[in-house]
Amino acid sequence: MSTIKPNYARPLDIKNGRVDMSHGSGGRAMAQLIGELFASAFDNEYLAQGNDGALLPPANGRLVMATDSHVVSPLFFAGGDIGCLSVHGTINDVAVMGAKPLYLSASFILEEGYPLADLKRIVESMAKAARDAGVPIVTGDTKVVEQGKGDGVFITTTGVGVVRDGVNLSGDLAQPGDKILLSGTIGDHGMAILSQREGLTFSAPIVSDTAALHGLVAAMLDSGVKLRVLRDPTRGGLATTLNEIAKQSAVGMMLQESAIAVNQPVEAACEFLGLDPLYVANEGKLIAICAPQDAARLLEAMRAHPLASAAAIIGEVREDAHGFVQMTTKLGGRRVVDWLAGEQLPRIC
Amino acid sequence: MCLAIPARIEELTTPGNAIVNLGGVRKEISLALVDDATVGDYVIVHVGYALQKLDEEEALRTLAMFAEMGQIDELRRELDAQ
Amino acid sequence: MKYVDEFRDGELAKNIAANIAREADPKRHYRLMEFCGGHTHAISRYGLADLLPAHVRMIHGPGCPVCVLPIGRVDQAIRLAREQGVILCTYADTVRVPASDNLSLMRAKASGADVRMIYSTQDALKVARDNPGREVVFLAIGFETTTPPTAVAIQQAAAEGLKNFSILCDHVLTPAAMHAILAVEGGVALDGFVGPAHVSTVIGSKPYEPFADDYGKPVVIAGFEPLDVMQAILMLVRQVNDGRAAVENEFTRAVTREGNLKAQQLVADVFELRDVFEWRGLGSVPHSALKLRPQYAAFDAELKFKVDYVAVPDNKACECAAILRGQKRPQECKIFGTVCTPENPVGSCMVSSEGACAAHYSYGRFRESAT
Repeated sequence: MSTIKPNYARPLDIKNGRVDMSHGSGGRAMAQLIGELFASAFDNEYLAQGNDGALLPPANGRLVMATDSHVVSPLFFAGGDIGCLSVHGTINDVAVMGAKPLYLSASFILEEGYPLADLKRIVESMAKAARDAGVPIVTGDTKVVEQGKGDGVFITTTGVGVVRDGVNLSGDLAQPGDKILLSGTIGDHGMAILSQREGLTFSAPIVSDTAALHGLVAAMLDSGVKLRVLRDPTRGGLATTLNEIAKQSAVGMMLQESAIAVNQPVEAACEFLGLDPLYVANEGKLIAICAPQDAARLLEAMRAHPLASAAAIIGEVREDAHGFVQMTTKLGGRRVVDWLAGEQLPRIC
Repeated sequence: MCLAIPARIEELTTPGNAIVNLGGVRKEISLALVDDATVGDYVIVHVGYALQKLDEEEALRTLAMFAEMGQIDELRRELDAQ
Repeated sequence: MKYVDEFRDGELAKNIAANIAREADPKRHYRLMEFCGGHTHAISRYGLADLLPAHVRMIHGPGCPVCVLPIGRVDQAIRLAREQGVILCTYADTVRVPASDNLSLMRAKASGADVRMIYSTQDALKVARDNPGREVVFLAIGFETTTPPTAVAIQQAAAEGLKNFSILCDHVLTPAAMHAILAVEGGVALDGFVGPAHVSTVIGSKPYEPFADDYGKPVVIAGFEPLDVMQAILMLVRQVNDGRAAVENEFTRAVTREGNLKAQQLVADVFELRDVFEWRGLGSVPHSALKLRPQYAAFDAELKFKVDYVAVPDNKACECAAILRGQKRPQECKIFGTVCTPENPVGSCMVSSEGACAAHYSYGRFRESAT
């Protein structure tokens, strides 16, 4: 009598196992990784189809697609990890187009040797983020690169969504007189990351603000205010995003420093390193630009949402042939808030 | 010159080192360049070293100076001109 | 943040500004130089120029160690990293400084050199301890504020018998630079100096007394915050009005006449004066820089490795020399904002965010094209 049990496969050794080249080879090992780790965590009807691509129902409106690659280091940080970050980031890119995010894809590039236990934590965090946001991960891909050729895990997510009728958001629509609103404090994500990097250690209560903003965007659209521009200030910070919009719309801006909120530990950490919070990354904030008569109503709608309770009007758009983003400082003087020159680095002087 | 900030010594650690606190951010720095710095003192921190203790009385005096109105000097000048 | 926020109060700033406006004589111009890059940064970042009357003007001085570091010194560091496989540790300020052959420390890193940004000399020592099989070189730049931390590291390395640690010593001296600015033929049109904040915590207020005595220029040492700078400007205006030239101290909470004697002694134990040192923009200045004393020769990377200093001249169109002396303004340089920008700095004044040109470009150039 045969002692070979049909369909038996030793389960993945999550506790002590590591990613190896066979997990990317397309064979049984890869199928097992996908099945036991990814599919079980992301589980939804589309993924369950089990095909190379997900067959989706027809969309009811104009489509938006956005993609984001995530190479953050460290992979785990206060307030999040690369997993939930990759879900939030793409949801937000879709949301600030005024679209309701519907589906996500997730591609993984794994480095040979990466612990399966940590991979599982990342995958579960992604699954939770997707579940909480109501946006399923419907298809994906996995590749493995040799040790030394990756930073543990790289994740690329792509999202699609549908824009409501009548909503037209674009960076070139800002007009002189428009008000600029910011949904909350700046610099939290970037400083949370920096505080864990080797060589710059703090024990500071700084937590990444990574969050899915599509619920906030929906509330803002529901307010009836005609939004002109929405954007999330990620890499390069608030300053970079505003400069991008100013350039696209061929306008200038005047901000009020006293209206821009920075959490005290973030401000202190920036002081230590000589960094400017205006240029530090955010992952759970957005900027909105609307006509001046709508600003108060929009502010109210934002403040009613838990992710924007500290929202504020931080400035206005103005005519400016040079496209300068300027700011009235806390001391009453004026300065330009320029594009970021290269990467913002800590300084000694 | 040089970027330096005043921070409060929260804890003395290994000989010559301390943990300072600035607005909730804590960092370990070296006290090799100052004598007699203890918990509760404020120090000027530059590239991971305390450079000098902050004289808190002088700090308050300086703040008071900022708030002074200039009329006293002006009055004096007007009196001198008479 | 205590002792920080109070010194940035908008209402108090208005008060001091009112005093300055009231006391500055409308019939004359006041040309005041803030020597220190940190002050340049504070003035730009808070827009303090807007709080001053038009006849009180701030001239940006050379007090930024990155700006005055000659290209040839950066080349030395790059060569060590690329050709001799050392671990080159540096403060982040220097990594983007453009050097010869279209390189910078950052670009050298991208091409495989082991360049590491550190926050403190303690971090550099740790790198040396953690990598006993590799040579570790620390690019030691900075004025008198930054020199004591290097001295501590050298003495620690000596005590530990660390064989794989050395420094490229580019530490420079403030009073010598101030002399270089003032000792210009025909004199220089400056009415006074805002003295450095943190350099002064180390060296004290005494070293500035010759400027007041010999050159007849008042010096007011100012703290680092915008209110400190404003108050110091007021104190300078008062001295100029009264025809006085003295050293005054606004930064009394951290600066005494003697300074930090412990730090000074440490520096004197470890370093000695170089006869001459080339400054970018100021040319060769005697007794303006430091090198390691003979007993610490084992930690001197210039002796340990074959890496001579080769002077590299600045671009002919570059006006940094005049700008650093306050003789010209950034916008008067032909290549300002066109060829020479923060992304592509040609001269020293554009290299660091506190150089006069970089500060003007990033924070102030809108004033020229006022709308």
